Amino acid sequence: MKERLRVLASPIAAALASIGIAVGVLLALGHAPLGALEALVRGAGGSPAAWTGTLQKSTPLLLTGLAVALSFRCGVWNIGAEGQLYAGALAATFVATRWLPADGGAWLVAPVLVAGALGGAGFGALAGWLRAARGVSEVISTILLNFVAIQLVAYAIQGPLQEAPRAYPQSDPLPHGAMLPALDRLHLGVPLALIAALVVAFLIDRTAVGFRLRAVGHAPEAARFAGLSPERLGTLALALAGGLAGLAGAVELAGMTGRLYEGLSPGPGYTAIAVALLARLAPLAVIPSALFFGALANGALAMQREAAIPSVATQVVQGIVILLSVGFALGRLSLARERVPSEGEA
Amino acid sequence: MDALLEAALRLATPLLFAALGELLVERSGVVNIGIEGLMLTGAFAAFAVAVTTASPGLGVAAGVSASVALGMVFAWFVVLRSADQIVVGTAVNLLALGATGLALRSLFPGGIPAAPVVGPLEIPGLASLPVVGTALFGATPFVPTSLAATLCVALFLARTRAGLRWRAVGEVARAADAEGVRVAAVRIGAIAVGAAFAGIAGAMLPLAQSNTFSEGMTAGRGFIALAIVIFGRWNAIGCAAAALFFGATTALQFRLQARGLAVPYPLALALPYVLTLAVLAIATGRARAPRDLGRPYRREAH
Repeated sequence: MKERLRVLASPIAAALASIGIAVGVLLALGHAPLGALEALVRGAGGSPAAWTGTLQKSTPLLLTGLAVALSFRCGVWNIGAEGQLYAGALAATFVATRWLPADGGAWLVAPVLVAGALGGAGFGALAGWLRAARGVSEVISTILLNFVAIQLVAYAIQGPLQEAPRAYPQSDPLPHGAMLPALDRLHLGVPLALIAALVVAFLIDRTAVGFRLRAVGHAPEAARFAGLSPERLGTLALALAGGLAGLAGAVELAGMTGRLYEGLSPGPGYTAIAVALLARLAPLAVIPSALFFGALANGALAMQREAAIPSVATQVVQGIVILLSVGFALGRLSLARERVPSEGEA
Repeated sequence: MDALLEAALRLATPLLFAALGELLVERSGVVNIGIEGLMLTGAFAAFAVAVTTASPGLGVAAGVSASVALGMVFAWFVVLRSADQIVVGTAVNLLALGATGLALRSLFPGGIPAAPVVGPLEIPGLASLPVVGTALFGATPFVPTSLAATLCVALFLARTRAGLRWRAVGEVARAADAEGVRVAAVRIGAIAVGAAFAGIAGAMLPLAQSNTFSEGMTAGRGFIALAIVIFGRWNAIGCAAAALFFGATTALQFRLQARGLAVPYPLALALPYVLTLAVLAIATGRARAPRDLGRPYRREAH
């Protein structure tokens, strides 16, 4: 029971401490932090509209946080959730605006989401292939692929996927039937992301394939002796993670923006890593963790509006959360410890 | 031809400084993917101090100091707390991106000023040397300094006792420890020196290349430097050759675009990253990393 309490208390302490340090940074830069904090809290949850915004912002963070948690649990350092999100959004936009009929019914949303997941999975699998076949460290390849995906989206919305009037760098709007149904601005992506968390938790902790993935993450050489292939399972982990991140891109597209444009991603990709680490890589704990960072992102907008504090301040909080999560004995974070670099891996 | 060589060297120099820093860190057994954040911190500190004091020299000093300071945060977590190096490096990148963006908008609310520029070294005769004169000595002193630094790093690692200990820590930390080498001290020292190099690499972006600072202006150069270390097979001369290859490719790309080659701009921007991936896919298999790279060393662990 005591252990349980500690496990629960330490992430909360990390979250609070990081906000405390960020307040210190704001003070040092000459801002008045109290008014800012008040604006932050009000903007994150002070009204029903604020709550809606927080849930909207939490949804892609939940899906990308799951992507990172899943791959880290499997000993794969996927830093590419942002690129995979964009790849998913790109694939979903292509299917929605080029293949699907403009006047189709509500069934259109299904192929859009599937295309997003497949696009992200393909992008993740690309890093997996580079790792398995060419020995390229997934750390570097996923980071570089983030930059590639961002430029691919930029190219698509100025070129082949640009809107018909060719006025702005954005895609055509999605057909009406391809949009996620919404209830009072809360779209179906919110419960979908929650279900994804349950599925990932089940997959990782309760299935044979989840066991193999964890075994490879925990002790790759021992797993190899047991007949498992760290290369193949690593590629599978990257593809699954990419699928989740790509689904996040499709959900953002079909739930919120309705069009593809630059800056669709909820935050410079690393946010997902903070989400996963604060949750200590447990899929179900990613739910409250994503809610925390979603609230932070939403509140930061109000803070910028009302207290003139740039919302990039949230990235400082994210960075500190990561450091506190891995740097202190906050329970034992089950990152892959026995990490044997294969030949040439950096 | 002269102009192309000059451009190639100019574009290669920040990559080379960053790669030399990362090389030193990795030869001691630590991967610092926070190098991108260290560069960005160095770039901002150099910019802010150079603008305030109107002295680019002080700017460079500030860039190096700020990068080393953040590097020490990284060192504390990865060496003394044995935290995972990839994760802490990511946190350093996030912190740097957030803190520099926040500081930029807080310190310069009225708009981003121009930075004073580091002028060329005025050593009579050198700039008029045939072929390499202008390329090496015509522009900023960073270019010749980076080449001199390459030789120093190469000699240090290959020919000095300290360099031998440094490599021993990266290859077999436990054996080095048994021989009386202080593993933690060497690694912290390596991270500090590596951060200083990253600071120079960052400082030269606002003070010698674009004359101003913009958010996230390092644009992945630190990550490309990580790839250059692999491509350069963990040796200084190899890193210089790899950095020059990247510089030359980028210079050539600019040249072709200026001549009106019809490549859509975003695809041109993606080229360095695709090129880096392609180079890694070809070169990684044949390079050998230091054996203990990425492994925290705990004395009591067996």
